[in-house]
Amino acid sequence: MQYQAVIGLEVHVQLLTNTKIFCGCSTKFGASPNSQTCPVCLGMPGALPVLNKKVVEYAIRAGLATNCSIAQRSVFARKNYFYPDLPKGYQISQFELPICVNGHLDIEVDGKVKRIGITRIHMEEDAGKLVHGDVPGLGQGSGVDLNRACTPLLEVVSEPDIRSADEAVAYLKKLHQIVVYLGICDGNMEEGSFRCDANVSVMPVGSDKFGTRTETKNVNSFRFVKQAIEHEIERQIEVIEEGGRIVQETRLFDPNTGTTRSMRGKEEAHDYRYFPDPDLVPLVISADWVEDARLSLPELPEAKRARYLAELGLTAYDAEVLTASRELAEYFEACTALYPQAKSVANWVMGELTRALNEDGKGIADSRVTPQLLVDLLELIDKGTISGKIAKTVFDEMYKTGKAPAAIVAEKGLVQVSDTGEIERIIDQIMAANAGQVEEFRGGKEKVFGFFVGQVMRASKGKANPALVNEILLKKLKG
Amino acid sequence: MNDLSLIGEDEMELYELTICELHDKLKKREVSSVEATRSLLARIEAVEPRVGAYITVTAEEALKSAAEADKLIAEGKSDILTGIPVALKDIFLTKGIRTTCASRILANFIPPYDATAWLKLKERGAVLVGKLNQDEFAMGSSCETSAFGKTRNPWNLECIPGGSSGGSAAAIAARQATATLGTDTGGSIRQPASHCGCVGLKPTYGRVSRYGVIAYASSLDQVGPMTRDVADCAVMLGAVAGFDPKDSTSVNLPVPDYTQALVRDLKGVKIGLPKEYFIPGLDPDVKHALDQAIETYRGLGAEFREITLPHTDYAVATYYLVATAEASSNLARYDGVRFGHRAKEAKGLVEMFSRSRDEGFGPEVKRRIMLGTYALSSGYYDAYYLKAQKVRTLIMHDFIRAFEEVDLILTPVAPTPAFRLGEKTNDPLQMYLSDIFTIPVNLAGTCGISVPAGFSREGLPIGLQLVGRPFGEEAILRAAYAFEQATEWHKRKAAL
Repeated sequence: MQYQAVIGLEVHVQLLTNTKIFCGCSTKFGASPNSQTCPVCLGMPGALPVLNKKVVEYAIRAGLATNCSIAQRSVFARKNYFYPDLPKGYQISQFELPICVNGHLDIEVDGKVKRIGITRIHMEEDAGKLVHGDVPGLGQGSGVDLNRACTPLLEVVSEPDIRSADEAVAYLKKLHQIVVYLGICDGNMEEGSFRCDANVSVMPVGSDKFGTRTETKNVNSFRFVKQAIEHEIERQIEVIEEGGRIVQETRLFDPNTGTTRSMRGKEEAHDYRYFPDPDLVPLVISADWVEDARLSLPELPEAKRARYLAELGLTAYDAEVLTASRELAEYFEACTALYPQAKSVANWVMGELTRALNEDGKGIADSRVTPQLLVDLLELIDKGTISGKIAKTVFDEMYKTGKAPAAIVAEKGLVQVSDTGEIERIIDQIMAANAGQVEEFRGGKEKVFGFFVGQVMRASKGKANPALVNEILLKKLKG
Repeated sequence: MNDLSLIGEDEMELYELTICELHDKLKKREVSSVEATRSLLARIEAVEPRVGAYITVTAEEALKSAAEADKLIAEGKSDILTGIPVALKDIFLTKGIRTTCASRILANFIPPYDATAWLKLKERGAVLVGKLNQDEFAMGSSCETSAFGKTRNPWNLECIPGGSSGGSAAAIAARQATATLGTDTGGSIRQPASHCGCVGLKPTYGRVSRYGVIAYASSLDQVGPMTRDVADCAVMLGAVAGFDPKDSTSVNLPVPDYTQALVRDLKGVKIGLPKEYFIPGLDPDVKHALDQAIETYRGLGAEFREITLPHTDYAVATYYLVATAEASSNLARYDGVRFGHRAKEAKGLVEMFSRSRDEGFGPEVKRRIMLGTYALSSGYYDAYYLKAQKVRTLIMHDFIRAFEEVDLILTPVAPTPAFRLGEKTNDPLQMYLSDIFTIPVNLAGTCGISVPAGFSREGLPIGLQLVGRPFGEEAILRAAYAFEQATEWHKRKAAL
């Protein structure tokens, strides 16, 4: 029998606020254990949560960027369960009335566009973390670090519209790109800033009745998502083919084996006893607030790509590469604002600059080559001060030192030789020294022309203006 | 009436003075705060073995703050609360001073911060003499669920002081504190105030910050003053009320000068008598006191009319679903991980959780956690918690409708005067019913005050309750003050 997979994703997006969702503690990663805590995030008796407005702003942004409607009134709820990393014995989340509902993202897989529904986006607090083994100051045992407790998260829940691992990855990549573009998440999957739980089920092709689903937890890279889902689909089909039944359960992905294993079954599932948190009043969001957020949204990758195609005349491929990250797109746009020849800028940004950064393992933000410097370099080429080839040498120096290209050119004596007298002198020397080849050329073997260009360029240490070299050489060879 | 209670005013001990009286003497430099504090500490030492109002007496710290207050007074920086010895229900977090909530689970808990309500008093120079007994986690109506022993009613040591703020009421009645703070979730200020013959006010929900007050039922808990008379009550309320950015449910409304509301004239004030509250089962002494009070009010110019609060019958059941549901979640943080009691040598996590909680919580707290957990459980949520919330809305509407007709509502505080120690401990339902007249006010989120209105034939105090519109504290204080000025009940003292 042929099977169809049905997939829904729950993505946790850690928000880039300076302070936690319900208190004023810092959210910085990597501080010493429990140094970023206060009575509120420690769950001390009598402590009360106060909502961080920035979190709401970020949630609204995420909602608008994923075509959701923003709820005028949403409610925080308590999700009750006991765990040592959960200080209050409940997590403050949203349940029945989340802040964003009914959105969607359009993804493209194998050239086909598909719409994936977004059921809801809600705000919640993260838990702390447990440290096992040799705990500093405690010895052997388990310690609780509550620095991460109360860090703001968005949970983005998709509809079960996804039908393959590739679609799941395309959806995740798109969502990832959007939250990073919005500046609300650093997108770091290894540190857990963007993590995903996958709900997977299978049904016979043509059926409209979903199979029993499993939930695979905390898959922390795009590659692992693909692996985990593919494995889970295969596993479920195998179970059914062998006459078994899928059990509704939570499974854990093991990156070492690329497989999933059972974590807890439905009968062990928690009854979270959700109820509205009486410590927080319902969140009321005015139409004006939503409008302000809409106006402050950055141009999103989809819109940027369309504009690069229509207004800048770039190819679809160039537009895709340049909008991959907001930083790169902003760099590119800063260049074109100074120097409107977009195609030429695109070639340099995607070529030399990206190559150099990749070799160093750096991002565009670390680049010493500012948009102004890159544009200065392009202008030196246009003016004929240097050739395109020499420009690459200048670029490498500029990339290393951050010096202005004109200064590098002067310092290293790289100014292009456009003096026809000088070029003629070099050509004459070369022709005299290679009389045999001159004869060959004149005898119709035009390929030899390239040999002469190479010799002249070498003699001029690459500084001879290539256009002039071509022109004069041709004239002289033809006699 | 006991002859001992008729001591002339000039022979008054410092511990017997009200805030207003003591402030007057402090300001005139007739006495010092250290003297007043010493007097109270001596009084505590003398009567505490019989009353048991305190869990912790902070004598040393009190004398230190009193000396500081005296300095301020000498510099002319005296506020009405500067140098006034006060005590707090042990539910208020006090930085560096043990706060137990009368539970074994917090027996050694030293808070790292101060509750906002206490901080407000402290910043105005009030002197903390100690932390008062209560029902464990404020769950009880008799002060008998405390893990730190029973508090006795100063008017009759065989009787309960009421609860849960029983220590706060008994300390006022026994003259062991000039003023105290309590909390009221279903009557926990008003009922003990009534049983101990003092003034107790439960403000409108949101009027006083809950930050740093150990939560029982978050949507119902409110902080309020317990005092000797209405004027002191107005002073204390003004001191603790107000918006707190640390409590999202506190309301950002200006705090009036409540002492300005204290006038004797009640001409044209319309008072409602809810027919559901004046029922045949009402204790005859309570009924008699209320009838007399109504006559007094008529004499003051008030007009009465019968009103109806039709959903009164459902209030107790509603309360025990909403409050226990919230409590089951609020008390989850006592897990032995970060603070409080942790069971020794537990094998594994689950055992540590369950044994710590089993050893730390008393039976009433466990009962309510279980009730609340049940009410929120999947499959029961709609039938219990959700239904209770709907009934709560109906009860709220009862009051809104009533206040379209009347300015105030007058009711008994409790169906009977204080009962005997142990009388209801084995019958939780009977115990729960003792809050039948106070619970609806919490569910409606509005304000109520208990004022001394007489004594039973056995000599136990009886209070009357005045309920006002939301944020109508001035109106209930005014009506309470007028009544107090027209009567002598508040002048009687318990013979100890």
